[in-house]
Amino acid sequence: MIELRSIQKTFRRRRNEVHAVDGVDLTIEPRSIVALIGPSGCGKSTLLNMIAGLYHPDRGRVLYEGQPVQEVNTNVGYMTQKDNLLPWRTVIDNVALPLEIAGWAAERRNETASAMIGHVGLSGFEEKYPSELSGGMRKRACLARMLVYEPQALLLDEPFAALDAQLRIAMHDLLLRLWAEKQQTIILVTHDLVEAVTLADRVIVFTRRPARVSFEQIIDLQRPRNVQEVRFTPKFHDIYSSIWERLRQEYAEENI
Amino acid sequence: MTARDVPQVGEGHGSRSRLAGMVSPNVGTGLMGLYQLALGIVFLGIWQFASGRLVDSFIISDPIDIALRLWEWVSTGTIWPHVWATVYATVVGFVIGAGLGVAGGLWLGLSPFLSRLLDPFIWAFNALPKVALAPLFILWFGLDIKSKVALAAVLVVFLVFVNTFSGVREVDQDLIDGLRIMRASRWQILTKLIVPSATSWIFVGLKAGVPYALIGTIIGEMIASSRGLGYLVQRAGSEFDSAGVFAALAVIAALAMIFNEAVNVVQKRLERWRIVSR
Repeated sequence: MIELRSIQKTFRRRRNEVHAVDGVDLTIEPRSIVALIGPSGCGKSTLLNMIAGLYHPDRGRVLYEGQPVQEVNTNVGYMTQKDNLLPWRTVIDNVALPLEIAGWAAERRNETASAMIGHVGLSGFEEKYPSELSGGMRKRACLARMLVYEPQALLLDEPFAALDAQLRIAMHDLLLRLWAEKQQTIILVTHDLVEAVTLADRVIVFTRRPARVSFEQIIDLQRPRNVQEVRFTPKFHDIYSSIWERLRQEYAEENI
Repeated sequence: MTARDVPQVGEGHGSRSRLAGMVSPNVGTGLMGLYQLALGIVFLGIWQFASGRLVDSFIISDPIDIALRLWEWVSTGTIWPHVWATVYATVVGFVIGAGLGVAGGLWLGLSPFLSRLLDPFIWAFNALPKVALAPLFILWFGLDIKSKVALAAVLVVFLVFVNTFSGVREVDQDLIDGLRIMRASRWQILTKLIVPSATSWIFVGLKAGVPYALIGTIIGEMIASSRGLGYLVQRAGSEFDSAGVFAALAVIAALAMIFNEAVNVVQKRLERWRIVSR
């Protein structure tokens, strides 16, 4: 269970004050997938950073399993927007890094890591350095690195934005299959409404900065979902349209 | 030694920069070696010609004399104890200085409080002409090799320290956060992230330190010693033996090149990723 209680966060750079988040209340059930949607720069990443314990709210509290998040939250895996692979390590050594930190023997961690590299479709690139990969490949390496050590909760900040459509569907499929197996809690920031509806149990829509919850929509599509086909079902279409309609009203109001 | 130097680390290993391509035709390593050899021969030829004709050979000696002197030293074996003394003091001094520099740079780089506290003292120490410490070191460590080691180390330590310190400060905070979330301990963050990330900076310091280690040793030997290449220079000079001075200098220059190449080889091995990514 991840709880955000009337979170407020303001960034100050010299005299400039930026209200990033203003009064967000959110409860995320264990083993659920929640998609966060909102305009660019509205403070969604800030929320993830707070759940990860990297930032602290000015007001309000972040609770993880009922405990306030004060230090870095090591229960979560965090895939940031910027890929932060270590440039001096090959793909396999990057993916195996969390296992190395956990003290696994070299042979075992390489085995596990290369299996995960295979899952994200990077077989054959194990010995390449990050600088030799394309942006999308680096993203997938980050994804593999996060999945390989099986954290309880996954924070994904626009994880699939750099991928082409086909690969994105393959990654959606991978994520849902692994989720069905490991039952992590997943929080996903995305700009892609199709992606959000395909994957999530709930879609939470934020307002422009400062971010507040604008509305939320339960996605009661049946599981397991076939990521390729679910988007063509009538029910998907209904949910998608209703969110889209409300999004349009929301932004139309604020534009004026 | 500054931030601007870092991106250039590892450049010039066969990869041509756009600027060089515009200014001069691209020349292969082998051909360049040939050019370099030719330049050296021309220089020596002019020297040989000038000696005794344009300048008194007592002052500048001449390449053939110097070569003969070198051959004499090598064939009789008298040079080796001197070379060994200098190499030993340089290497040991370099290793001690580099070790202290890296350790100090890491330590202060990770401790903002300490680095602020010590800042004025460190810069004051750096501004000292460290060569002037030689008499003190001889007083403290005696006439033998220890004082030379100390002088070499003290010249190296600051260069390595400053670069290591900057390297630690440059580590990407996002990467540190990423590792913390993966449950890395402080020690793991240091060994798996900060040290490798600072490596290219550290090597800038190490490369700059190599000639200084040699200089420290030579100066120590020139001031008070009965062995070493610095002693040879000093002795030949006091005997007005210019061929001897130049012969000893030639050996010192050769040593400097060998040391520099050794550091390059180590860096290439450690920073394979940087070379691969070009």
